[in-house]
Amino acid sequence: MAGTGSNDGNRSGESGVGDNTCGSGAMSGSTGRREVHGNSGGNGSRKGGVRSLAWLNAVREAGLGYLWILPALVVFGVFVFFPLLKAVWLGFFETPPFPNLPAHFVGLSQYASTLSSAIFLHSLWRTVLFVIFTVPAGIVLGIALATLAHQRLAGIRVFRTIFSSTVATSTAVASVIFFTLLDPQVGLFSYWLGQRGGTGILANPTLALPAVSVVTIWQNIGFTFILMSAALQSVPDDLLEAARIDGASNWFRFRTVTLPLLSPTVFFASIIGIIGSFQAFGQIDLLTQGGPNNHTLVLIYYIYQAAYTDSNYGLAAVLSIALFAILLVLTLVQFWFFERRVFYAGS
Amino acid sequence: MPARETLQEQSAAAGGYGGSGGATGKGGMGGRRSGAAYGRGHNRSRSRVRRPMTMGARYLLLAVLAIVIGFPIYITVVNSLLTSRQIAARPPVLFPVHPLWGDFAAAFSQAHLGIYLRNSAIVTILIVVAELVTSVLAGYAFAFLKFPFRRLLFMACIATMMVPMEATIVPNRQTIVALGWFNSFPALIVPFLASGVGIFLFRQAFLGVPRDLRDAARLDGYGHWHFLTRIVIPLNRPLIAAFALYAFMSAWNQYLWPLIVTDTNSVRTVQIGLKQLEGVGLNHFNLIFAGTLLAALPIFLLLIVFQRQLVRGLSAGALKG
Repeated sequence: MAGTGSNDGNRSGESGVGDNTCGSGAMSGSTGRREVHGNSGGNGSRKGGVRSLAWLNAVREAGLGYLWILPALVVFGVFVFFPLLKAVWLGFFETPPFPNLPAHFVGLSQYASTLSSAIFLHSLWRTVLFVIFTVPAGIVLGIALATLAHQRLAGIRVFRTIFSSTVATSTAVASVIFFTLLDPQVGLFSYWLGQRGGTGILANPTLALPAVSVVTIWQNIGFTFILMSAALQSVPDDLLEAARIDGASNWFRFRTVTLPLLSPTVFFASIIGIIGSFQAFGQIDLLTQGGPNNHTLVLIYYIYQAAYTDSNYGLAAVLSIALFAILLVLTLVQFWFFERRVFYAGS
Repeated sequence: MPARETLQEQSAAAGGYGGSGGATGKGGMGGRRSGAAYGRGHNRSRSRVRRPMTMGARYLLLAVLAIVIGFPIYITVVNSLLTSRQIAARPPVLFPVHPLWGDFAAAFSQAHLGIYLRNSAIVTILIVVAELVTSVLAGYAFAFLKFPFRRLLFMACIATMMVPMEATIVPNRQTIVALGWFNSFPALIVPFLASGVGIFLFRQAFLGVPRDLRDAARLDGYGHWHFLTRIVIPLNRPLIAAFALYAFMSAWNQYLWPLIVTDTNSVRTVQIGLKQLEGVGLNHFNLIFAGTLLAALPIFLLLIVFQRQLVRGLSAGALKG
């Protein structure tokens, strides 16, 4: 690859001058973060030969830089940025009710009509409900398990392994496991819950969404447990010990010492959980297909139905943009938080 | 200024560094702590200090929770060793007295599980390798190389993390169809050849490579390629391993995208294969259980081998949700 190193070696003989030329910047700049568009900074050289050498170096370095980011940029361009813009564009076109007719331009009116439609609001509400069912319960359970498993007991490793085991299951694996357990004919859970026969829990309008939520909580519990366990380990022993000597009860110590120290992780897990629940698709597709009677029609499944069951690409595009907007806000919150956490960890 | 030995010393000294990007701490399961059982989470507050829960009560609580959480996987294992008739028996069979291993063979022969697993392996391995290469190269370029619009291009890469796959499936599928890739491996692989998370993580980590090391490498006549392969990558091995684990899990577990760009068994991945299995009906329930286990097995094995990378990998993965 480009021999920046050896060229730098030549230049280092010319005391001081070389250090200002742009070619050496990559290696000697203090932190990359602070360097602003470096290639224009290199006019410290007075000798023509050195200048052209430095210029050549800068060009080579830039060329190498572009070469190394090119694969990623191409993929992102084709499969992230282009489709995002295209989705906005597709949203301007209304798909005709019959196939093979051309879609016609309706501008923003499709956005307005879709986003105010009863079915969209229903779907959004089911999604929010799904988040409410899954996220808080998952986090409380994760903290409880991590706290319980965080004691010196013989064989505690076995319990830790079991608690974290669901991290190895994919959404599809978890869903199929519960699909069999909830089956109205042979499912064990149906049997134990007295729901044997009939259409089953997943076809029950009241129970379908809670059931899907339980599956989701179960699948995520391993991850939450590991996250919370790691956070608990960073709670200093002496702090708890001091509180204990002061006569604080277990619950009081947990509430006043442990929980505040866990709060960054709790926040992190909440955001991750909310984003994850907004993107949850597999469990819906494998367990309820949005039913019964649209009771589990979360936003992402509505998009899927619009696009692939009804071939209504205009509608699907509008819904996609709505989902994108929601997730964008959530991700920005997450980023803001992540930056802060990195900042604290680094200082 | 440092000669070659100094450089080596410094790499050795910096050996412990490398995980700073991952954040949450290491070894999820390792720590021990003395003292009574504190903070039982919820519901009951305990006000006495001197009398912690008795040993028996603690184990009882742990055991109940372990049974509740472990049961679905346990019963899947048990059922995969039973006949369909035994699975449907009431009261249920909760322990396989005469385990039958034939269900696994049947899952391969009757339910195409071998093909699904092979497809998943091909897709996942190619994605992981490609993501590692593109992310390390781009991360290095953004950390060490200077070129016009570097900041802007880096922001663009970061911004991809804010565009969920779910929001772009409609146009992306049209692109795949237009390229003639519907029902093919490129459709499953090419969109995932680069990772915003990876670029972000590696760039941040590479920026933390000590400055002395860079100076020493430069004086030793290392070019960028050698500096990357001999110093930066070895130093960041833990983070790279963690990212590889995360990339493997996300690729292996993908569901929505493979579902919409494939509709034949020859290219279906195992997650979609599970959906096909779901439809085999009540008489072949044992196949479903065996297939489900086989689909989860690679991840289980991977996690056993890479337990230590787990936490970091997951918090890295958590970045994208």
